[in-house]
Amino acid sequence: MSSLRSITVATLTKDIRLEWRSKDALNSMLFFSLLVVVIFSFSFDPNAEESREIAGGLIWVAFLFAAVVALNQTWARELRNQVLDAYRVSPAPATALFLAKALGNFILVSLLEALMAPLFVIFYNLRALGPAWQLIPVALLGTWALVVNGTFFAAMSLRTRSREIMLPLLLFPISIPAVQSMVEATRIILAGDGSARFWIVLLLTYDVVFTTACLGLFETVLQAE
Amino acid sequence: MPVTLSALVKQFGRFAALRGVDGEFDAARFYVILGDNGAGKTTLLRALAGLAQPTRGTISILGKNPHEACREIGYMAHPSLLYDEMSGLENLRYFARLYDISGDSRCEQVIRWVGLDPELSRPVGNYSQGMRQRMSLARAILHDPKILLLDEPFSNVDVHSAQEMVGLLKAMRDAGKTIFVVTHQASLLEGVADEFIWMQAGKIVDRTSGLTRSAAQ
Repeated sequence: MSSLRSITVATLTKDIRLEWRSKDALNSMLFFSLLVVVIFSFSFDPNAEESREIAGGLIWVAFLFAAVVALNQTWARELRNQVLDAYRVSPAPATALFLAKALGNFILVSLLEALMAPLFVIFYNLRALGPAWQLIPVALLGTWALVVNGTFFAAMSLRTRSREIMLPLLLFPISIPAVQSMVEATRIILAGDGSARFWIVLLLTYDVVFTTACLGLFETVLQAE
Repeated sequence: MPVTLSALVKQFGRFAALRGVDGEFDAARFYVILGDNGAGKTTLLRALAGLAQPTRGTISILGKNPHEACREIGYMAHPSLLYDEMSGLENLRYFARLYDISGDSRCEQVIRWVGLDPELSRPVGNYSQGMRQRMSLARAILHDPKILLLDEPFSNVDVHSAQEMVGLLKAMRDAGKTIFVVTHQASLLEGVADEFIWMQAGKIVDRTSGLTRSAAQ
């Protein structure tokens, strides 16, 4: 257990250090999200009520697309110089690598959300009529739902020829329940239209199921040739 | 026998890279694996490292399968297996954690041993090819494995650096390590290798002792 924790922390620290030096994923995600915000704000001119209805969809779809950029970078770094093989020949547990990658992506996407959320609020003139604090568990659980599956499917598509296309093809369909929960919960909270509890519980269930499945299957994915 | 191969077959789809490889290999010996491109040398090394799962046959390393014996195996591939954006010491620190090695002393020791400076702060991506190969060797021996698998360790390395690396490998063999080197530069290992293994079309076709080969030349 201590080995799992220490290797997870070492891998996460290494990934954050590499991202800090290159800023490959963060810069791409930021620019992408910024473009989505600006383009959508030019395309629609919603009033405050309409904004509350559509903002959930816009925000989460933008973050889903932006997350794909980070998810593709996650494993690309391990393919250069075949560094992943050095991990595969070591006694380090596969789950430590998966957890570190998923946590790294979670931190990156959460950082992106924290930076972009104020822009969404300004551009779409958003003001929550429901309990705004509930947006925090929605964001945390929703982000984990995206990155845990994304990290897994990015690893699965590593050895395919067109892996950057494969990832969204695999990730988007399986993310539909999570995205729907995030969008509905956000809409309900912004519009003050009842309780978002059902969607939050659904997100939590989704996270538990898929985190368990990904952790259980990752060893097979890592050792696949 | 520390390494035993029995009827080892490795297929990639319909192509058989290894076609029934048998062999027993002693401890503290220096084996050089030779053969044309596509003979199966790298696949054999990857199978020994546990990176390629045999389609049929068995591999026994110190009585275990390669995954179980991973702490006793050091693997150096043709690519460096290092992060270009980190310094040599930063790379080794990370890989040390994978083997439960804490502290910097072992990392600094192996970096010095391969003839590099642990204080060197520039990223590995800015190293010369020779330095990168040495750092790659340092990574492979970091956990003090009993068996070393080296794939083309001298490629793109100048003669002087290659000879220095051969000296390091000889010292490791003398210290009791079993070394397998895949190379196209057999002449560098004349007088050092204990045995030359010839592969052709996925099979071992000949094994010549180093002394016999030296005498023949």
